[in-house]
Amino acid sequence: MDFTILRTEQLKAFYVLDMQGTQKVIKAVNEVDLEIKENEVYGIAGESGCGKTTLLKALFGAIEPPLRFMGGKVFYFMDGSGIEVTTLSAEEKRKLRLEYISYVPQGSMSVLNPVLKVKETYRDFIASHVSVRQLRREEAFKIAMQQIAELGLPRNILDAYPHQLSGGMRQRVTIALAALLKPRIIIADEPTTALDVVVQRGVVQLLKDIQARLKNTIVLVTHDMGVHANIADRIGIMYAGKMVEEATTEMIFEDPQHPYTQYLINSLPRFGDKTTRSSVPGSPPSLADLPEGCPFHPRCPFAMDICTHEMPPLISLSSDHKVACWLVGER
Amino acid sequence: MEKLLEIDHLTKVFSLGSILSRVHITAVDSVSFYVKPAEIFALAGESGCGKTTTARIIMGFEEPTSGAIIHSGKMEAKKEKVWFTERIQAIFQDPFGTFNPLHTVDSYFFETLKNYRLVKSKVEAVDLIDEKLKAIGLSYDEFAGRYPNEFSGGQLQRISIARALLTNPTLLIADEPVSMVDASLRMSIVNLFKKLREELGVSVLYITHDLATAYYISDRIAIMFRGNIVEMGPVEQVLVEPRHPYTKLLRESIPEADPKNRWKTRVNLTELESEEYLRKGCKFAGRCPVVMEICKGVVPDDLMVDNVLVKCHKYTGAENT
Repeated sequence: MDFTILRTEQLKAFYVLDMQGTQKVIKAVNEVDLEIKENEVYGIAGESGCGKTTLLKALFGAIEPPLRFMGGKVFYFMDGSGIEVTTLSAEEKRKLRLEYISYVPQGSMSVLNPVLKVKETYRDFIASHVSVRQLRREEAFKIAMQQIAELGLPRNILDAYPHQLSGGMRQRVTIALAALLKPRIIIADEPTTALDVVVQRGVVQLLKDIQARLKNTIVLVTHDMGVHANIADRIGIMYAGKMVEEATTEMIFEDPQHPYTQYLINSLPRFGDKTTRSSVPGSPPSLADLPEGCPFHPRCPFAMDICTHEMPPLISLSSDHKVACWLVGER
Repeated sequence: MEKLLEIDHLTKVFSLGSILSRVHITAVDSVSFYVKPAEIFALAGESGCGKTTTARIIMGFEEPTSGAIIHSGKMEAKKEKVWFTERIQAIFQDPFGTFNPLHTVDSYFFETLKNYRLVKSKVEAVDLIDEKLKAIGLSYDEFAGRYPNEFSGGQLQRISIARALLTNPTLLIADEPVSMVDASLRMSIVNLFKKLREELGVSVLYITHDLATAYYISDRIAIMFRGNIVEMGPVEQVLVEPRHPYTKLLRESIPEADPKNRWKTRVNLTELESEEYLRKGCKFAGRCPVVMEICKGVVPDDLMVDNVLVKCHKYTGAENT
C-alpha cells in the first residue's frame, strides 16, 4: 500500500501566451509537490480554473504549447526504479500510455470515434500496443467481450455506434477502454460531471470496481465533494495553481485546516439541515495576475499582514495532513 | 388557497422519426402543479424527465399539445404576452450563453426597460438599474459598459437575475441556474433566491437536478420522471422520507459529503431512455425494486398520502384526503 507510484517535485507548468507582443503567463501549476501511492484513489478538488486539469496533463506528460513545462520533476515508479517523465521521448511516452498510465479526459463521452462501432475502437486500442499481426480481429474482440463482461456492462454495446449509447454509457465505455490494458495508474478528469445522479453513481461504481480488480492507482479530479467523499482515500485541495491542503478523506471532511477548505466543506448543503450556508466570498483570482503572497488572502476572512506578501509553505501537521496556511504555522 | 401560477394537465407530445416509423414521445404527460405567492417551488428530476420542456412551455417557447397555464386566475394569461412576461421572468442555465459576447451587459437592461416601457428618461433608467443591482450585490458603476467576458460565471448569473428583476416580476423561472456555476460560488446564487423571496416576495420556480440545493431552498418540490410527476409535496417530507421508489433511488444516489456514509448497495442502469418513455403502465416498472404485476400494465393514479402526492401502486388504499 505504501509504495509511491507517482511523485512530483516542485512541478511548474505555465501557459505562455503571446498577445500582440506582450507575454501573458498563466501560472496554472505552480510548484506542486505530490506523492501518490500504489493502490489508492487520490482525489484532487478545487474550483474551475484552479489548474486541476493542467496538473493532470503534466502528470500524464502531455504538455503541448501553449502549455509549457517550467521546471520541477515528475517521476513514475516502475518495478522500484523511478523514471523522469519530462526527459522521455514521445515514442517512449506512447509506450507507457495505456499500459502503465492512462488518462480519461474531461468530456470523454465525446472521444469515441462516431463512425466506428465500439468494438472497432476496442481493437484500435489493443492494436496500438500489441502487434496486429499477432492478434487476429476475433481475439481482440474476445478480449473486449471478456472485459465488458467482467465490468458488468451490457454485451450489445460492442456492436453499437457511439451515438446509440447514452452519455453515461459512453462515459463508462471510455473508462473501460482506459482500463483495458491494466494500467497501474488511471487519471480521470471530471468523469462524473454532466451526468445524472443515478448514472453518476454507476460511473463511481465502475471506477471502484476497476480499482478493486486491478489494485492500481486512480487519480480523480472533480469539483463534486460528494463524489470525493464516496471514493477517494486521500484528497488534495488545489487553489490558484497550488496545493493548499492534503489529507485523508476523513480528515478533510472532519477537520479541514485551510480556510478555503473549510468554506468548501461548510458550503455543501446537507439533507435534514436547512441552516444558511455561505459560499466563499469574492471570486477566484485570475491565474495570469495572481495576488502577492498567499493567493487566497483577498478572499480570506482571517488574512493577516504576512499573508499579503509571503506564500505560506506546505507544512505537515501529521504524517498525512499537509496545509499551506500561516494560521496553522503559527500554532 | 391563493395560487400565483397554476399548471393544469399540461401535455406535450413530440413526434420523432420519419413518416414510416413515427414514434410519439410524451415528454410532459398531464402535469399539474401550482406555485403560491412568495414560495420557492422546485421541479426536480434527471435529464430527459421533462422538467425543462415544462419550463419552456410556461415561458412560451413551446406550444403545449394540451393543458392550461393560469396566472393569477387568468385562464388565457399567455395570450397577453406583454402582461404575462412582465410578471414571469426567466433565468437560464448557462450564464455565458445568456449574454451576447459582443454586447455590453447593460444594453440588456436598457432593452428590457424599453420593451416594457418602464421608464421615461435615461436618468430614471440608471436609478432603477442601480437599485436592482444593489439587490444582487453589484453597483451600476462596476458594471456599466463592460462586456460579458469581464465577469465570472457567478457574477453573470447574478446579473441575469438582476435583469429579470427589472419588471418587478411575481415569479422567476430559474432553469438549472447553478449547474454551470462553480461549486464554491453556488451557494451565493442559491442564497440570493432565498433573499429575494424574503425581501421582495418573489416566487421562484426552481428547476434542477440537484436535490441537495433543492432541499436547501425550496418549500415544496415535485419529482418528475419520464414526463410524470411521481411525487410532490413539502421538501421535508419528499426528500427526507421519500415514498416513491424512484425518489428513494434518486435520494440514495446523491453522493453524500460524508466519507463515513459511502454507498453500500449497487445500482442497475440498463434500460434505454426511449424505452422507458414508451412503457405502458408505470414508467419506472423496469427498474423498480418493488415492482408488482399491476405496475407493468396500468398507470398508477395520483394518490394523496399524508399531504404528499405519490404516483405509485404501492400506496393504493393507503391514501387519505
